[in-house]
Amino acid sequence: MDALTFAVQLLNGVQYGLVLFLVASGLTLVFGILGVINLAHGAFYMLGAYLAWAIAAYTGSFALAVAGALAISFVLGILLEEVFVKRMIGRDHLAQVLLSFGLILVIDEVRQIVFGKDVHSVAPPDWLRGSIQLTDVLSYPIYRLALCVACLILACVIFYVIQKTRLGMVVRAGAENRDMTRALGIPFDLVNRYVFAGGIALAALGGALVAPVSTVFPGMGDSMLILSFVVVVLGGIGSVAGAAIGALLIGLTDTFGKVFFPQFSSILVYVLMAGVLLWRPNGLLGKS
Amino acid sequence: MTRSTGTKAALALIVALAVALPFVAPGYYVQFASKAMLMAMLALSLNLVVGYGGMVSLCHAAFFGLAGYLLGLMTPEAAGASVWIALPAAMLGVAVVAAIIGALSLRTRGIYFIMVTLAFGEMLFYLFHDTRIGGGSDGLYIYFKPEFVLGGITLIDLENPRAFYWVALAWLVGAAVLVQAMVRSPFGHALAAARDNERRALSLGFPVFRVRLTAFVVSAMIAAVAGFFSAAQFGFVAPQMLGWHLSASILVMVVLGGMNSVLGPVVGAIALLGLEEVLKSNFEHWKLIKGLIVIALVFALPGGLKQLSAMMFPPSAAKEPAPANPKEAASHV
Repeated sequence: MDALTFAVQLLNGVQYGLVLFLVASGLTLVFGILGVINLAHGAFYMLGAYLAWAIAAYTGSFALAVAGALAISFVLGILLEEVFVKRMIGRDHLAQVLLSFGLILVIDEVRQIVFGKDVHSVAPPDWLRGSIQLTDVLSYPIYRLALCVACLILACVIFYVIQKTRLGMVVRAGAENRDMTRALGIPFDLVNRYVFAGGIALAALGGALVAPVSTVFPGMGDSMLILSFVVVVLGGIGSVAGAAIGALLIGLTDTFGKVFFPQFSSILVYVLMAGVLLWRPNGLLGKS
Repeated sequence: MTRSTGTKAALALIVALAVALPFVAPGYYVQFASKAMLMAMLALSLNLVVGYGGMVSLCHAAFFGLAGYLLGLMTPEAAGASVWIALPAAMLGVAVVAAIIGALSLRTRGIYFIMVTLAFGEMLFYLFHDTRIGGGSDGLYIYFKPEFVLGGITLIDLENPRAFYWVALAWLVGAAVLVQAMVRSPFGHALAAARDNERRALSLGFPVFRVRLTAFVVSAMIAAVAGFFSAAQFGFVAPQMLGWHLSASILVMVVLGGMNSVLGPVVGAIALLGLEEVLKSNFEHWKLIKGLIVIALVFALPGGLKQLSAMMFPPSAAKEPAPANPKEAASHV
């Protein structure tokens, strides 16, 4: 493998890792703050992609599609928090697993009723079409570069909000000690609601942004969900920085695994996770 | 622990129904009942880990499917595999895998355990999905049912649905008796003690890790028997048999029937499969209804159908001790 091919694969791995981070950060935040394990996270990723496809097909605008997927999923998140998730806080994990499993079935079927079960593709916006010619045989799609940049910006925004803003401070305090935060008069129910809705919106945003480079299909949330879980476990539950490290590790492992061991690339990711957990049972940046 | 007369009566009724069924029901229902009993066995095995051990495992479908694949890989092209060799081999294979997965997963607690078992289950899923072992994503046909042959004589012909039914029933009863004996033994009390208060169990000198691992492996071996015969029944194995959707469905069965009893998951499995069967034949979007039922179960009936029957028929004075609070169990794992 020459240096240029290697660089392209590296870029692919980083880009994949960044998307994974976007999706997994929502999952880890929801768990860290609400203490709720959400297996339906992948379903919202899938939903985001379908919403983006539907809106793009209707309006012809990719920007509107992404914004629409984000807004709709956020509102959906607020509704779900109000109706279901609120009642799950503090209940045992088994109940949470079952609730989110039920939600997956419901979301999947509703998606099938509304959007059907066909496979779709979404066109990137005109100005991001085409690819950069690197050599005679090697080119890189511009949209993938843009996706990289967009995810990087979003990752910075997430970090900024969590590390530097008052909202982020409340969120971090909540992840650290729920009862103490509540005792200090933080309107925690409100924080929970927006964290849940925000987490889901991040998953849907990931799905919408990925739609032009992957196809939009019913089972797309499944593999993303499991990989997000691997990322969260690797990084340490509730740790956004851990999720970032985990996501990049998984993105690179998966991409280079596909290059070097095509058949075993999916398994390689789990081997990595098992190895990390043997070394640190609570993840890389997890609290013991 | 004494059983109430109600439980005894229910048990007797179930056994009577199970024995009578192949004589009165049409072939389709006999096959459906066999399938339901194998799933009941799977739910029963999961309950040993979840209900009595407080370990929410999301990889039991992987043990189930792995045993099916092992049968498929051991079945010769021109004949059925010998049950005497294939079944112990499949159980042993699954036991080894479960021991490795269990030993690694049991280093973690609570939610990490859920996620780690989920990940290991998916690892096995992708092993069969992505590589050419067992036909990749297309799966594997098992053209011949395993043979119960001794000294050249076929003892049981699994091709006959009614014979298959008796085999499935016998295994289910055997598994129920085994689990019942386990949970009533000192081993079972140690397992429950570790679930209710790990620290105290440790300080009392229970080998918590070893007890949990044993329960995990035994449970996986029961799941393996269920998977072995399920694969034999359908003559086909596919990666989806190992997927986490099935693991989650079995969890639903366990909770639906009620944890902390050996019969609960059996009732839950039969109830859920029966319900699915009815929904499938009446509604195109039956999964939507299944999802809503699962959600309703979480909110309205966290104790499962047992809770429902308790509401309809207020319990008498002679009653089993109250089941341990799962919330309490979860906070200690």
